[in-house]
Amino acid sequence: MVSQIVSAVGVVIAGVFACALYYWLSDKLLQIVFPVPKENVRTASVNLNRRAVVRPWLFLGPALILLGVYLVYPVVATFILSFYDRSGESFVGFANYRWALFDDQFRQSIFNNILWLAVVPAACTFFGLVIAVLTDRIWWGNIAKSLVFMPMAISFVGASVIWKFIYEYRGGNETQIGLLNSVVQFFGGNPQVWIAMPFWNNFFLMVILIWIQTGFAMVILSAALRGIPEETIEAAVIDGANGWQIFWKIMVPQIWGTIAVVWTTITILVLKVFDIVLTMTNGQWNTMVLANLMFDWMFRGGGDSGRSAVIALVIMAAVTPIMIWNIRQANKETGGH
Amino acid sequence: MNAVAGLRRIGLPRLIVHLSVLLICIIWLIPTLGILVTSFRDPAQITSSGWWTAFSSASQTTASRLADPSAARQEGANYVITGSVFEAGQGGTVRAFGTRVAAPAEFQAGQPADLGEGETLIVNEDGSYVYTKNGPFESERGRRVYLTIATPPTFTTQNYNTVLTSQGIGQSFVNSLTVAVPSTIIPILIAAFAAYALSWMEFPGRALIIAMVVGLIVVPLQMSLIPLLRMYNEIGTFFGVPSRSYAGIWLAHSAFGMPLAIYLLRNYIAGLPKEIIESARVDGASDFEIFIRIVLPLSFPALASFSIFQFLWTWNDLLVAMVFLGTNREQLVLTGALNALLGSMGGRWEILTASAFISILVPIIVFFALQRYLVRGLLAGSVKGG
Repeated sequence: MVSQIVSAVGVVIAGVFACALYYWLSDKLLQIVFPVPKENVRTASVNLNRRAVVRPWLFLGPALILLGVYLVYPVVATFILSFYDRSGESFVGFANYRWALFDDQFRQSIFNNILWLAVVPAACTFFGLVIAVLTDRIWWGNIAKSLVFMPMAISFVGASVIWKFIYEYRGGNETQIGLLNSVVQFFGGNPQVWIAMPFWNNFFLMVILIWIQTGFAMVILSAALRGIPEETIEAAVIDGANGWQIFWKIMVPQIWGTIAVVWTTITILVLKVFDIVLTMTNGQWNTMVLANLMFDWMFRGGGDSGRSAVIALVIMAAVTPIMIWNIRQANKETGGH
Repeated sequence: MNAVAGLRRIGLPRLIVHLSVLLICIIWLIPTLGILVTSFRDPAQITSSGWWTAFSSASQTTASRLADPSAARQEGANYVITGSVFEAGQGGTVRAFGTRVAAPAEFQAGQPADLGEGETLIVNEDGSYVYTKNGPFESERGRRVYLTIATPPTFTTQNYNTVLTSQGIGQSFVNSLTVAVPSTIIPILIAAFAAYALSWMEFPGRALIIAMVVGLIVVPLQMSLIPLLRMYNEIGTFFGVPSRSYAGIWLAHSAFGMPLAIYLLRNYIAGLPKEIIESARVDGASDFEIFIRIVLPLSFPALASFSIFQFLWTWNDLLVAMVFLGTNREQLVLTGALNALLGSMGGRWEILTASAFISILVPIIVFFALQRYLVRGLLAGSVKGG
């Protein structure tokens, strides 16, 4: 264990050093390849120009290689693999797509993903907005915000353990040690195996993600609320608007853009939800979602790259509109430069 | 000077606001509190009562036997037996006692109970008793008494000892650090150079690369997994090295964090004052020198924001670790270990809660120590359209 720590520290130092060395050496090399002689002004200016042409690519090089190998190439390869059989060797046309169309588990996953998409972003944004408005009005609001924001730091797996303990069910006459069943019992109900109740168990899993992500929505929306010019509120007050009207008719419309950003960010996250389902149910009791089905097919029976590629492409297709919108926004900001 | 001040003047009753925020805080805190408290409880107590009762003493009714009549001493006309109802090592507080099974809590502790036939018994809270009779005791065996004993809440760090040593959580903790630290530091440097080039250097295709980076931010990880897994396996077979290694996961994490890193850092670096960089150029500094001496120190807030994101993301990740590092016990990261324990230790909550708490401890410390930078990074990443 000690040797592992030592080697990890060594790698960190070596890695950083190697990176720095690359940039430093490549810069030196550039100066040697394109020298700038003092006596020959013509060569000097030509070589200075050449340096300026090459240097950006030296700076960008490592980043572009990583992006190319780990993100751009796989996107293309996944697309191609979706037309091949389980081992990726022989071409099968649209067979994998046809399989997906009629597979019960795939349909179940699509249905559940839509359910997640309908509930989680809306719930996070709503709770985030409400908590942002409430905490901005009290002196200990920042402490409250920290507490709501804290689950952001907790891993999905950790959060799953935390909530599994809340949903814990004990059979027979044993004492219910899960908080939810204990509350249900207190009010005279019967304890339930919450995560094994088809359909409704989806919502019990969603609660976990809402618990984690509400803090994110709250932080961003709170900043947006503070950015609202005070004059607009004062004008509404003078016109005799009440608190409710001011909130819905003055404040919410002004932060509409931010709400959209929060909504789409959480939407992307929901499309990729994996850890929670894996640790809570592993897709049992009709809780399967696309990311888990994909992972399942990656390794099921030695793995089926064709089918799992199709499932990955479905997730990709769902993200694409948001991606295009983002690129447009970024182009607008940089003015195409 | 904020918009909310306007609402305040109109004012919902302030008390309702305070109470609802308090309620929200409690709801948000209770789940985590539950595992924190449980991880310090005795395994037997975890299964016998809910964690919310951990701080109150648990009452239980037990039976005990007083000392044999042969131990009686004669004091004047009376015969007296003294002793303690507790055996050695046993502890607690006696609340009540009784001599009949039908009424096990008939008498209050510390008060003399008249048992008839000239017998009196006092059991004190600390368990000591005085049993008196106005003549010799006749029975052969000690008298049976029923006790209501309140055991004080007991807390233990034993669960942590267990998981750190015998459940492999200690090893996984080191593994998680081994994965997360290089995966945080390597991409920062690479992304910072790229971000500088994309902000302050003129070259054809710059807009295209920026657009590509923005697009790649949202590409789901799932798209990369299959081809990369195949690639890793091929490289592993070709060079005869293990396909699942720390080097592999460092590169994977670095690459997956790269688009967001470049985007965040570019936003920040492009916003640095132009005059500083121009004047350095006029002074004859090369881009390399400008980057190292000026841009890097000035970008500290953005670098800090991104490194927190990346650290939390790599520490908390399960999917990338499962695919690129596998589920071998020697290389299992904390999230993977926790996932495995959920399967194998289903009802052993003392193990699960202690392990879970160890795994969330580091991110929570990072979170509370560096919350400022985290919020700044979130705002930079999201409000501007990411």
